[in-house]
Amino acid sequence: MSRILGPASSRHSTRGSTRRSVLTVVAVLVALVWAFPVYWMVNSAFLDKVTLQSSTPTFLPFGGSFDNFATVFGDAGFIRALGISLAVTLVTVAAAIVIAFLGALAISRFRFRGRRSFILALLLIQMLPAEGLFIAQYKMMSSVGMLNNVLGLALLYTAAVVPFTVWMLRGFVAGVPVELEEAAMVDGLSRTKAFLRITFPLLAPGLVASGVYAFLQAWNEFTVALVVMTEEQSRTLPLWLRGFVQASATRETDWGQVMAASTVVAVPVIIFFLVVQGRMSNGLVGGAVKG
Amino acid sequence: MTSTATAPPETAPAPEPTAPARPARRHTPAWLVLPSLVLLVAALGYPVGWQVVTSFQHFGMMQQFGQPPEWVGLANYASLVTDPELWVIVGRSIVFCLVCALSTVAIGLGLALLMGAVSRAGRLVLQVALLLAWAMPVVASMTVWTWIVNWRNGLLNWVLERVGVDAQGHNWLVEPLSFLVVAAVIVVWMSVPFVALSIYAGLTQLSPEVLEAAEIDGAGGWKRLRHIILPLVAPVISIVLLLQLIWDLRVFTQIKLLQDAGGVANETHLLGTYIYQLGTGAGDFGMASAVSILMLLLTVAVSWYYVRSLMKEES
Repeated sequence: MSRILGPASSRHSTRGSTRRSVLTVVAVLVALVWAFPVYWMVNSAFLDKVTLQSSTPTFLPFGGSFDNFATVFGDAGFIRALGISLAVTLVTVAAAIVIAFLGALAISRFRFRGRRSFILALLLIQMLPAEGLFIAQYKMMSSVGMLNNVLGLALLYTAAVVPFTVWMLRGFVAGVPVELEEAAMVDGLSRTKAFLRITFPLLAPGLVASGVYAFLQAWNEFTVALVVMTEEQSRTLPLWLRGFVQASATRETDWGQVMAASTVVAVPVIIFFLVVQGRMSNGLVGGAVKG
Repeated sequence: MTSTATAPPETAPAPEPTAPARPARRHTPAWLVLPSLVLLVAALGYPVGWQVVTSFQHFGMMQQFGQPPEWVGLANYASLVTDPELWVIVGRSIVFCLVCALSTVAIGLGLALLMGAVSRAGRLVLQVALLLAWAMPVVASMTVWTWIVNWRNGLLNWVLERVGVDAQGHNWLVEPLSFLVVAAVIVVWMSVPFVALSIYAGLTQLSPEVLEAAEIDGAGGWKRLRHIILPLVAPVISIVLLLQLIWDLRVFTQIKLLQDAGGVANETHLLGTYIYQLGTGAGDFGMASAVSILMLLLTVAVSWYYVRSLMKEES
């Protein structure tokens, strides 16, 4: 499938291959442009303040050091924000997996009254912008005294990811034939045991994918956190990073440290993202092209 | 009831595999759906309801300190509709959204076709680069971009100097227009990977036989693109365009962080940052709610088609 636009047969092979080499060069150049900001972040993270403030940019991190990373990990604000982000993310992931799994089971294994409306509601809710709701969520949290509360933020995050995770898991649950489970029951297993021994292991990849999706959302989220985590003590990592951006408006910033901090926040995300990427885009545009 | 419904005791007679529905399972789906429903109503349904109610009330600073809100009917909406500032912001948001979404899809389509035309290695390099950009957390991307466009010693001004533009010490975030251009570039950079990879995935679904037949019939590269490839991937293109429109209408983080980095807030607001400023800045929750409702309605209107197409797939 590599040559969708190239010649489909080999008749024009010489002309085609020159064209292809030119296009490959273009593709590599585009790739460099697109990856550049990510490279620039990592590169600057290794350079010291004096180097970064010079009038000529330094494009390769020769002579760099891990000092900036050491400073980040020695920062009490970072450690606190890391703890809060980890706590919020873990609660969100666990709650989202359990709740979404039950919901997915319902819509893919049962035909019940209101099923269609439930699915419709899930899909519509998934489209609601946080920016259209955060004022009300702020008021709600403040009226029950849950501003700056890890569980409160995790509750809002779980609600935000559950619609998509139900939708994503639905496909996985539907992919496991009921007959497998029933065959196991004929062989003498109880429904629960049949489910745990047969269906559950087959669902593991789906559960992992949903967990990673929930992780990415909770770990990266900025808007809702900005609104409900109002105190400096309760900042999540994105809010802590934002502190640097704000500071850069008024005074000289140590960009090396900011980039090291950004790198530390981004690396786990990039790793997890590469694991789950295919699933997420399939979920969004799934079924648009029937092959 | 739950436990018996989902897990009958082991001594129960083995259910017949052919039985279509067991009476004990009748309530099971309700119990399974309940946690999601409770969660969604508590964390999203209630705020939406509160917002609708508050949008009909005068809810300002005094109400923050405990005074009961005053029922004002449509007054908030009336003052919104007659407020020229709101229409400027709505217009700015829509233009920003259209420019970003259309450029994203155009560039994404170009890159998808490019991936289909190059060698395996070239395609792999491009895919990895796109995935890297896509994977970056928004706030981390914003710190890098503010560093790149930083007026003191950012890379952008250095590059512009090299190509002969007198940009030394120029702050791109101070003027509304260049601020929004910077924001649009960042938004497009972030969104292209999803679009390019989705359209490319659509391209790989095309059968090589069809393309080969077209070529044998004498259709050149452009004709094949125009008459065969584009019509076949049109469904993917329309869905990613729709998603981009929805996402770019609600853009908040990028604008907020660029404003933090020294942009002029008042002349660069889009809907999201305007609501934020009305609510947490000015404490005018009545007006903030009214604008939020407007934004929700706009989004639901745009999403409707997407949701309908997903529902069709479901049934």
